[in-house]
Amino acid sequence: MARINVLKTYKNFIGGKFPRTESGRYFQIKNGNNELLANMCLSSRKDFRNAVVFARKVQKSWQNKSSLNRGQVLYRVAEMLEGRKSQFIEELMMTGLSKLHAKNEVELSIDRLIYYAGWSDKFQQVFSSVNPVASNHFNFSLLQSVGVVSVISPNEYSLLGMISVIAPIIVGGNTCVILSSEKNPMVGISFAEVLNTSDVPAGVVNILTGKRKELLSHFASHKDVNAIIYCGDNNQEIKEIQHLSSENLKRVKIYKHKNWDHNSSQSPFFIETCQELKTIWHPNKV
Amino acid sequence: MSNIDLNKIWNYTTANESKDHILLKEKYDLFINGKFVKSNSRKYFNSVNPATDEIIAKISEANKEDIDLAVKAANSAFKSWSKLKAKERAKYIFRIARMIQERAKEFAVIESMDGGKPIRESRDIDIPLAANHFFYYAGWADKLEYAFPNTSLEPIGVAGQIIPWNFPLLMAAWKIAPAIACGNTVVLKPAETTSLTALKLAEIIQESGLPKGVVNIVTGGGKTGSEIVNHPNIDKIAFTGSTKVGKLIKRSIAGTHKKLTLELGGKGANIIFADAAIDQAVEGIINAIFFNQGHVCCAGSRLFVQESISEIVIEKLKERMSSLIIGDPLDKNTDIGAINSKEQLATIKKYINIGMEEGGEIYQKKCIISETGNWCPPTLFLNVSQSHTIVQEEIFGPVLAIQTFRTIDEVIEKANNTPYGLSAGVWTEKGSKIFKLTKELNAGVVWANTYNKFDPTSPFGGVKESGIGREGGLHGLKAYLKFK
Repeated sequence: MARINVLKTYKNFIGGKFPRTESGRYFQIKNGNNELLANMCLSSRKDFRNAVVFARKVQKSWQNKSSLNRGQVLYRVAEMLEGRKSQFIEELMMTGLSKLHAKNEVELSIDRLIYYAGWSDKFQQVFSSVNPVASNHFNFSLLQSVGVVSVISPNEYSLLGMISVIAPIIVGGNTCVILSSEKNPMVGISFAEVLNTSDVPAGVVNILTGKRKELLSHFASHKDVNAIIYCGDNNQEIKEIQHLSSENLKRVKIYKHKNWDHNSSQSPFFIETCQELKTIWHPNKV
Repeated sequence: MSNIDLNKIWNYTTANESKDHILLKEKYDLFINGKFVKSNSRKYFNSVNPATDEIIAKISEANKEDIDLAVKAANSAFKSWSKLKAKERAKYIFRIARMIQERAKEFAVIESMDGGKPIRESRDIDIPLAANHFFYYAGWADKLEYAFPNTSLEPIGVAGQIIPWNFPLLMAAWKIAPAIACGNTVVLKPAETTSLTALKLAEIIQESGLPKGVVNIVTGGGKTGSEIVNHPNIDKIAFTGSTKVGKLIKRSIAGTHKKLTLELGGKGANIIFADAAIDQAVEGIINAIFFNQGHVCCAGSRLFVQESISEIVIEKLKERMSSLIIGDPLDKNTDIGAINSKEQLATIKKYINIGMEEGGEIYQKKCIISETGNWCPPTLFLNVSQSHTIVQEEIFGPVLAIQTFRTIDEVIEKANNTPYGLSAGVWTEKGSKIFKLTKELNAGVVWANTYNKFDPTSPFGGVKESGIGREGGLHGLKAYLKFK
């Protein structure tokens, strides 16, 4: 008799653990032949709020790690993903991608992680400055992480899109809570397994699955979230985010583009967007 | 309160790092075009453990023909290496970084055996920093346009790199990593007395799959070095070593197309003000001059103590020196290891004699020194002034010349009164004083309330006769790029 496969249960990734949604609800992902691929967690406001607590708790210590260390951790994530390449190619193919496209997406994802691992100890030199003020002061400006970032991950390029958004966030010392691609959320949760075995501290990245419609307003309005990144071009949703984020003056970044496979989808400006500039004055006259 | 002399009560038991896990061959050949090849000279010289006088390995001496082969290999590798996609270039360099990390302990032990530095330093500083350097510059390979926006940049070509014996692997990393990250190829010559870790690095480079000819490592002495400097198909010379040789190199390549960076000698001023945290400063002064037996181009070899605290500082320095452990570099307790070579020991002794002849008051830590190997006890000179030879010239050993000062302007004047300008140190709890001093001191690197700190992200290099150009950081890329 043929061996029966064991199917994977897809759950959320919160605080370094894989809990089910507290709401107990689910939604189904099917392939082109309308066959069930997975029952996904239909996450709730409560799941999101729990995730923010974890993200906040670990943010300071993540920010205080050396840039070198954060770079090494990201590089480790890339190494782990390289080792599981075939798994991710298969998983992307299950959801309808051709082998060629799936392979390309996974390889670009690994390279993108390495790209940002490299930026860890370099972006500061590119963006910070010494300011030649006219008075007797040594004056300089540098970047500091903004804090906790909520992310509506792109629907296109479920793996590459998510990595392109979160790598620059975390390399800059932020932590985040992400809504995985609504269309193809499975691969996001599988990526959580990679993060979980890569020395990324628990809570630095939290990944939920669910519906934008339900969660968007909470992602935008939560008071303990410092910035929100939205990937998509739904003007109604964009307006809602801009409106709700006003309450605590959340920084908002909208990525409307969909070509995440393109080189223009990586640059140090993706890091800089989740940074605040701090200027320091110090007298230099005795 | 009476001072308790801990050394009288307790002695440290030896805690030797084991040598049985390291792999060393009896003979090392040249690494040219991805392979270890015999030198055309057929000559070998000995690499000696400076702590025991034992021969550790035989090293090949490269002659003119060998250098020519290495340059040819580098030239031909340059064509494809410089065209390779930058992000793929980076992956090779990341691999090298990782493989150094994986074999860090082995490298640390060999570094200490070959060069005499305490295992604590090679294990905690030299080797990890070398790996980090590769890691750092690997990341730059595909980001150069952000380092120098609105320019059109290209790699230079073949870089001839000559490095010193004080930080053998680390200097190899400082040279190779930025060069190949920018798309250049390399012919590197380690110092005659410390070739081993560079040759072990060659093994890693081979294992990493780096295309052949991108990095070539040739060994030998000054003559081999001059063959590199004078080879017509080398496009850039990067040299770290003495100011004397640096000037010689600059002269010999005058009129050629070769670009040049030099990282040369120094006579670092370490300045301690009355308002410094004194114990912390004393620790820093000790580290500034005795780190790596004082074989450090940026060593804080001139100490300036504000007059009002000079007595207490000197007393504390002597007290701290009494607890320094001099001995087997492989002992994890050792603070001060062996002097790198007999020649260097002779140089240091020459300067100590000059110091005494010129009227300096010498203080040396009392210690039992082994008959075999090269050793020099930590040494202070008091009652010296700006005109003393040991205040002016670089000794490159554990010898500190101490002077006093009264005012800030006086100490700035004294500190800057040297042909060198590599490094300086400032010790004070007053921030404004730090920034005043860092502004006024003529040095490429100034440490405030710390000393001898190095990081791949931090540019390093000197002004005046301490060198030309910077290594490290974004700025370190510039030496390996052509701007059109």
